[in-house]
Amino acid sequence: MTAVADTPLDPTDVVRVQVPHRSARSELRAIKIVWRRELIRFLNDRMRIVTSLVQPFLFLFVLGGGLQRLASAGTHGVDLKTFIYPGILCMTVMFTAMFSAASIVWDREFGFLREMMVAPVRRSSIVIGKCLGGATVAGAQGVIVLAIAGLVGVPYAPGLILGALGLQLLLAFAITAFGLSVAIRIKQMQSFMGVMQMIVMPMYFISGALFPSSGLPTWLTVLNRIDPLAYAVDPMRRLVFGHLNISAAARHALDPGITWWGWRMPALLEVGVVLGLGLALLSVAIWEFSATE
Amino acid sequence: MSDSQAITVRSLRKQFGDFEAVKGVSFEVGTGEVFGFLGPNGAGKSTTINMLCTLLTPTSGEARVAGHDVVRERDDVRRNIGLVFQDPTLDGYLTAAQNLKLHAELYGVPPALVAPRMEQVLTMVGLWDRKDGQVLSFSGGMRRRLEIARGLMHSPRVLFLDEPTIGLDPQTRRSIWDYIRQLQEREEITIFMTTHYMDEAEWCDRIAIMDQGQIVALDTPERLKAGVGADRVTIQTADNDSAIAALHARFGIEAQVSEGAVSFRIEAGEQFVPRLFAEFDPTRNPDLPAISGVSVSRPTLDDVFMSFTGSTIRDAEEDPSKLRNRVMMQMMGGRR
Repeated sequence: MTAVADTPLDPTDVVRVQVPHRSARSELRAIKIVWRRELIRFLNDRMRIVTSLVQPFLFLFVLGGGLQRLASAGTHGVDLKTFIYPGILCMTVMFTAMFSAASIVWDREFGFLREMMVAPVRRSSIVIGKCLGGATVAGAQGVIVLAIAGLVGVPYAPGLILGALGLQLLLAFAITAFGLSVAIRIKQMQSFMGVMQMIVMPMYFISGALFPSSGLPTWLTVLNRIDPLAYAVDPMRRLVFGHLNISAAARHALDPGITWWGWRMPALLEVGVVLGLGLALLSVAIWEFSATE
Repeated sequence: MSDSQAITVRSLRKQFGDFEAVKGVSFEVGTGEVFGFLGPNGAGKSTTINMLCTLLTPTSGEARVAGHDVVRERDDVRRNIGLVFQDPTLDGYLTAAQNLKLHAELYGVPPALVAPRMEQVLTMVGLWDRKDGQVLSFSGGMRRRLEIARGLMHSPRVLFLDEPTIGLDPQTRRSIWDYIRQLQEREEITIFMTTHYMDEAEWCDRIAIMDQGQIVALDTPERLKAGVGADRVTIQTADNDSAIAALHARFGIEAQVSEGAVSFRIEAGEQFVPRLFAEFDPTRNPDLPAISGVSVSRPTLDDVFMSFTGSTIRDAEEDPSKLRNRVMMQMMGGRR
């Protein structure tokens, strides 16, 4: 210990720190740190909380309300807003998750990524932390949209709320993982946003979030079946419709499910598809991130 | 290799495509030393520092930092070094304290030590009273000081500073150097830094001059300057051209005009001045121009750099043949 008595700044002993060796615990801690940073960033950025809710509300009330009269012939008396509500639940988390993934590009632009990359932790811990952080933040946004269920005639059933939240977290996780795998290759914010718009908007429209996925033109049916997002939208719709009191005809028309040659996929399998994809994309992101110097 | 050396480097080389950024450098840095890497932009300083702090994998050669191999024991190296980059790497949305806390946690600093250590490093760089300020509101100098404080949070044995004072005003640069010196005294830390400011290199215990990927000289600033030998004598006259001609005819000195005055290099400049005045005395040689002023200066590191590389550091940065290096460096910078 060195005590420098004549230094006016701090006459006390030097506080010496010993950095411990790397362990599973230190990796878990790193994941937690990165995760928490995403949360702090999100809470500090109130504009982002508001702006990322604009689009879902616009779709739900303006598009849903505006097209109601046109659509009423085909909805068997179900409000269009109620019909697209599950799709909106997915949409909210999608956009928020995308923004979360964008933060890695942002961190790179501002150099902060380097600070994390030279720390004595695994790169995978950073990616996993980012991914979980993105999912959490998106889940929080999802809760806000879940809270307005009553406005569109969807009951506040505990099973529905928990199930929807779970699905939202899963979707947010998968989208963040996807966003990260793209973001790691991209150096500039503008290009990242461009690429995401180009991929995510078509995926959203094709997923069947805004229309039933049966009786579509063949080309659209094909695209719909290969769109991963469809496998998140469908279980969400099934969950919401399971809690609605509507006629069998309406249910059949509006919630046909995803079918392969007439066989309707079970919801659990669909969830499995999303989970599997999310994990695969996360592995890709980790691999890419570990390979960068 | 003995572990009494903080850094040991043997034939370290880095190749980017067909461009050899670092062409096999070897040196050692002793524990507690302030070691400077001096050279123009694109000389390979940053590439070398990045290899030493495990951000780049060397193409060949070997380096040990704080007793650990930079390739095989990457994490051990990382636990024992602190880094201050050329570009800022703070999270502007967080406060100063939050940035340090995040760093401490990332490095696994024991929770009980985080607060006292934070107070110590922030006090040292004069930012303790601004600990709750958002980094976005900090000036360039404050940010750099905060980065230095952050790099010290985990008590590293070696602190790497890549151009720590670039883009800062002279006063701030001066105060950063005060912190660096104070740090070295208090923390028994080894400091490895790069700079392309000559006046800053003077502050180092030893400096390595790097040019085009190679170390061309390595010694204490005093010894390097002594090696150049000759002092620089500058005289003010009414007629520079005839003064130059007279210096050549009577002393065999090749002088030139720089910044409006006649200047030349000569050994033991102080002893030469009386001879010079005796010759230029108007009562003795009325045809020579009168000297209105004279100054003698010891060799500077600029002279040292010039004698080893044949150009001044500023010229080296402007030289089009070296532009390629700079473009390469910028490309690499963008690839981080």
